[in-house]
Amino acid sequence: MQWEAEGLVLAARAHGESSAIIDVFSRTHGRFGGLVRGGNSRRLRPVLQPGNMVVATWRARLSEHLGTITVDAGRAHAAEAMSDAKTLAGLTSLCALMQITPERQAYPRLYDTLMLVIAAMDDADTWPALLARFEMALLEEIGFGLDLSCCAATGVIEQLEYVSPRSGRAVSRDAARPYLDKMFVLPQFLLDPSANASDEDVQKAMELTGHFLERRVYLPNGLKMPPARQRLMDMLAR
Amino acid sequence: MAGAEIENLVKLLARLPGLGPRSARRAVLQMMRRRETLLDPLSEALRVAQDKIVTCDICGNIDTTSPCTICADPRRDSAVLCVVEDVGDLWALERAQAVKGRYHVLGGTLSALDGIGPDELNLAGLKQRCADGTIKEIILATNATVEGQTTAHVITDMLADSGLSITRLAHGVPVGGELDYLDDGTLLAAMKSRR
Repeated sequence: MQWEAEGLVLAARAHGESSAIIDVFSRTHGRFGGLVRGGNSRRLRPVLQPGNMVVATWRARLSEHLGTITVDAGRAHAAEAMSDAKTLAGLTSLCALMQITPERQAYPRLYDTLMLVIAAMDDADTWPALLARFEMALLEEIGFGLDLSCCAATGVIEQLEYVSPRSGRAVSRDAARPYLDKMFVLPQFLLDPSANASDEDVQKAMELTGHFLERRVYLPNGLKMPPARQRLMDMLAR
Repeated sequence: MAGAEIENLVKLLARLPGLGPRSARRAVLQMMRRRETLLDPLSEALRVAQDKIVTCDICGNIDTTSPCTICADPRRDSAVLCVVEDVGDLWALERAQAVKGRYHVLGGTLSALDGIGPDELNLAGLKQRCADGTIKEIILATNATVEGQTTAHVITDMLADSGLSITRLAHGVPVGGELDYLDDGTLLAAMKSRR
């Protein structure tokens, strides 16, 4: 068994003295784990930082084996992000979030969205909003998408300003009025890609997606939300 | 092949970094052959180390006294505190005689994968040391990894209101390094922090 694809390093942990077990997310193969011989060496450690692109070649005798991965270095996003706390928190948050996708299942659309966010990371005004949209896409791809097409209570498609914390469906301003303290605010940039997004809007969008990620994905699987995501939200709140 | 005691010694030595079962066996054989000159002094040194080695209550360094020799040295600049991940990093900086001040050993880095959060690191001790008024500069000498730099950012945030000067190690071309052989990440970092 063998494949070769470009992918993003999501995580790497030392295995023994010199090897590492890594998770790579590629467009054609999804999240794939494997052993990198010499992955903990001085030469490969910089390449295997989470957030870096690599060209990975996975090999195993049987498909159910962990397999070994050899890597060629691609763009070093981690090194680019290291000097800025917010960008680094964003990049590590993305990598941590991708770990909830099922292993060995391709998500080509999610991969494309992920690449879009990462490519925009040198523009501090743009990427936080893209990251919030990415979280929406992530929820949708893993089967827990929010329905923002019309009001859950009245069916109208205008003035959709809130989201129900239970159903994940949009609620119009009028229908939400009696329950405002319980509803999540729906930032308009999630409905209209051309709308501007302030840090506050992004924060509200991440509160919304965070609620559903935690309630529908992390808690049922006994997992904790990524600390990097919380750090990013704290930075947006400042 | 050998007695249980010898096999046990081989097994224990094989657990050390850099040693496998074969090299551990060679080391044990060498010790057996040079009993008076190697095995006896080594076992005595190990016994003394086990009795005397302590972790410094102030900085987290490993030494035979607490406070450690670095914390107790009056010639050290007490206004400068260099924060490192592990004792190995402290030893590396000491080897290079790169720091004239004192150290603070965190005991690791923040790592979501390994479940290491701020509470697992020696951050409370760092905050306490920074509050006593003698420290003027903090040098964050964490590794140039995602986890190391995340830890550095968290410490910078934690000490933002302290009024201390917080600096970091530069990332870039190593001395004797050739650009052609450098990885892209190092080149990018070097280019970003050019002066």
